[in-house]
Amino acid sequence: MNCDVCQQTSATVFLTQIVEGKMQKVNLCEACSKEKGVTNSTGFALADVLLGLGAAQEIERGGGVQKCPACGFSHADFKKTGRLGCARCYDTFAEGLSGLLKGMHKGTVHTGKQPVRAARAFEAQIQLKTLHRELRKAVAEENYESAARLRDQIRRLEVPVPGGAAGTAGVV
Amino acid sequence: MPIHNILTNTGEWLHGDGPHSQIVISSRVRFARNLRGYAFPGWAKRAERLQVLEAVKPRVEELPEMADAYSVFSQDLSVIEKQVLVERHLVSREHAAKGAGSAVVINRSQTLSIMINEEDHLRLQAIRSGLQLQEIFQMIDQADSALEQKLDFAFHPELGYLTACPTNVGTGMRASAMVHLPALVMSEQINQVIQAVNKIGLAVRGLYGEGTEALGNLFQVSNQTTLGEKEEEIIARLQKVIEQIIGHEQNARQILLQKKPNTLLDHVGRGYGILVHAHSMSSKEALNLLSFIKLGIDLQLFPEVCRQPVDQLFIETQPAHLQKGSQRKLAAEERDVLRAEIIRAKLASFPKPEAGRLKWTRPEQGEPEALE
Repeated sequence: MNCDVCQQTSATVFLTQIVEGKMQKVNLCEACSKEKGVTNSTGFALADVLLGLGAAQEIERGGGVQKCPACGFSHADFKKTGRLGCARCYDTFAEGLSGLLKGMHKGTVHTGKQPVRAARAFEAQIQLKTLHRELRKAVAEENYESAARLRDQIRRLEVPVPGGAAGTAGVV
Repeated sequence: MPIHNILTNTGEWLHGDGPHSQIVISSRVRFARNLRGYAFPGWAKRAERLQVLEAVKPRVEELPEMADAYSVFSQDLSVIEKQVLVERHLVSREHAAKGAGSAVVINRSQTLSIMINEEDHLRLQAIRSGLQLQEIFQMIDQADSALEQKLDFAFHPELGYLTACPTNVGTGMRASAMVHLPALVMSEQINQVIQAVNKIGLAVRGLYGEGTEALGNLFQVSNQTTLGEKEEEIIARLQKVIEQIIGHEQNARQILLQKKPNTLLDHVGRGYGILVHAHSMSSKEALNLLSFIKLGIDLQLFPEVCRQPVDQLFIETQPAHLQKGSQRKLAAEERDVLRAEIIRAKLASFPKPEAGRLKWTRPEQGEPEALE
């Protein structure tokens, strides 16, 4: 196979790049690859250097969403920096990240410390789900007295915790 | 508290009297935390970073542990002052590179430092001399719990604490110990130890963390992963491994003492000779030679009173510590001359190492278990 650039010398450097979500393959000879700066390590995705080879590709497996709706961070930014833009990026790029995290850590689920606030919010969510289920049941059974009681309970729980809602400022 | 106090007084971890302090120089634990609803510092716009700083700094200063703390904005520190804090392990190299929009708060005893807008919005770090992982974990856990009441941290029910780098997600915790392993290096067993430690998911690095060289036979051992294990489990695992490494270093010393006493004496003697007579010395050479003097003290070739001055030299001969006294930035050659001068002055009162005194009593008995 000859070099794609000079078409004369046989290619020894095989480059696969993802540009704008499309895979591109380029075959180069040694001289041309040097000229194009391909073997120059600074052209290497920083994400690969920091997080291990393949990290930059892994993040793209999520496909679909290219940009975090909360902060505008993109796949390309991750490849460049090896860091994420904001906490929401973990949801935005969840699919691509899951493979990456699996290879990087001992497990996939956090089992350690939780902020008391988060633990409370989590409990409240579970409680709300239970109440909603009971409400549906009460309505189905035409038990309107307990349905009204359940509705009031749900309303009380649904009052948002100040500063606790997603997307709002992190300061209480 | 003014910066002057920090610069002139070394912190608790440099006094070197914690448990196992012959081999374990210091223990460190750090937590990475971010606020919900703000971009991480590396991606946030300047205005957003300033908002975070404004929201976080007063809360940090309010902590009981931070009474009369040293609190400063990054732009108010000179390059040398920042570098001194890096050499003391009170701020990271990454944080030292930051300008406006970042800050650091350090407690009086220099055991707790909280960086604001490093790679994450908050980096809480505790450091103490010797092997004290449990103690510093408790200290930092307490500070974190107090902050959490006032700040809404980004937390995911499955992934735990969310961090700018996916390698820190989960506990956001990195625990490490700095160990001095001259006998394992001399007997060429160090690579085996490093490999064994790597196999069980712990990392071994040089003196100043990621990507730095192992100078002065000093190594940092830390946890590699942060997701899927409780903080206490990580700390316990690290503690166990450090204890095993201590055992291996002690064994290596005993074997060298029995089989190659002349090699030991030669290293210590040459180190002493060069340090006492050199007129120009790089920081790399200084660290490597001081390591042998430190070993010489452990082996009773020097009296115990020499220990603290040597431990101090490890830090005082670092580039920024050398320059903090002078009004201007010194060129590398000037630093090397000044470094040699400081070392000569300090070692002038040391007696010559005496081969006849060579002796080593194992501080704690007990055979080390094999590293898995």
